[in-house]
Amino acid sequence: MSRLKAGQKHTVRFSLNGKPVSGEAEPRMLLSDFLRHEIGATGTHVGCEHGVCGACTISVDGVPARSCLTLAVQVEGCDLRTVEGLAPAPDRLSVLQAAFRRHHALQCGFCTAGILMSLDTFLRGNPSPSEAQVRDLLSGHLCRCTGYTPIVNAVLEAASELASGPLGEEVSNV
Amino acid sequence: MKPAAFDYVRAETLDEALGVLAAEGGDARVIAGGQSFMAMLNMRLARPKVLVDIMRISSLDAITEEKGEIVVGAGVRQAKLLAWDKLSAKIPLVALALPWTGHVQTRSRGTICGSVAHADPSAEMPLSLIALGGSVHLRSAKKRRRVLASDYITGMMSTARSDDEMIEAVSFPVDAGNGYAFREIARRHGDFAIVACAAIARKDGVRLAVGGVADKPEIRDLPLLNGSALDDALNAFAYELDARDDVHATARYRRELVRRIGRSVIEEALTCRG
Repeated sequence: MSRLKAGQKHTVRFSLNGKPVSGEAEPRMLLSDFLRHEIGATGTHVGCEHGVCGACTISVDGVPARSCLTLAVQVEGCDLRTVEGLAPAPDRLSVLQAAFRRHHALQCGFCTAGILMSLDTFLRGNPSPSEAQVRDLLSGHLCRCTGYTPIVNAVLEAASELASGPLGEEVSNV
Repeated sequence: MKPAAFDYVRAETLDEALGVLAAEGGDARVIAGGQSFMAMLNMRLARPKVLVDIMRISSLDAITEEKGEIVVGAGVRQAKLLAWDKLSAKIPLVALALPWTGHVQTRSRGTICGSVAHADPSAEMPLSLIALGGSVHLRSAKKRRRVLASDYITGMMSTARSDDEMIEAVSFPVDAGNGYAFREIARRHGDFAIVACAAIARKDGVRLAVGGVADKPEIRDLPLLNGSALDDALNAFAYELDARDDVHATARYRRELVRRIGRSVIEEALTCRG
């Protein structure tokens, strides 16, 4: 058993997009804030801070998680993935990201990081989803720009494209 | 919205967690998946001095069948129970209700027991547990006890749990071979229900369970009724639930949902029963 004292900073270590990272956090620090302010990974956005909007969704040990409903100290030793880990190279988009771009599946982009991370974990387990499944998944996110339909179209196209190759590998950056 | 300061205890065994609860009493709170309680912390509706994380206690992460009951440990996430291959065969009502609980992104973290512990009047798991006559297994450093879910939840987000106790598991009686239906209305799929209804159709009658109206899920056992007799029974139940107006819906609208969804789930459950 370990007991981390209130008001003191404690070292938290985990894997972020395949690389080991560490930082200092009080027990009360949210994972979303830890990623942004302590690690400097600002791709993860923070919206409602009570689990409703989905903007802060990341992948923890392969499943989607609201980083605003997770404490930094809870992910000690875990395997985290964030939107920064999606692109295969700095000048290339993943298949899913490229499909978002083609279909105008984002406008302001505030919700996009969370949606991409939900979809990334989802497509790994459901490589050929139905539209109903995609819409059910998207019910865990709020997007006020797109009306969701462009997102659904992007996901379905990305899924069929990915059926011929592993996630994040083949990309056209036009 | 950030939580107030607390000590964080990462318990590795049940005894460690119970020891902290015994020592700290009401100053300590258990956190499991955190999908309800973290929001309470962020909004400072809860301000414990000590937070006891039980998710690294491996013994709690088990779904077992014992003496005609499905026992779901406090560490079992909702996604795990939903993916359990025997769920539809053993407790089909839960298989129908669980997809309505939150979203993929919250079921991946939230636990079944945590939802029961939180005791939100509109939540699906307390409703299902009460509808099936299930129990809550409470444990403290000194003793363990079992409480019927209908007795465990005493009101809106209030329960019969003592400060030094935690939920070790909940148990759903195996209930298959009858007719089952579940439906709810919310502004967005996965949000808290304005009204949620579950129906179990047996040979000699129908049980209707309603959440989101009274301050806890309520059940009503009805004989097999048709036509206006069923309407009258549903109307009487709707009024007895003592609905109130709030920001989400009016009392009048809630009663209408009880009448309409109540009737539709009863009819669906009877059809499924065949």
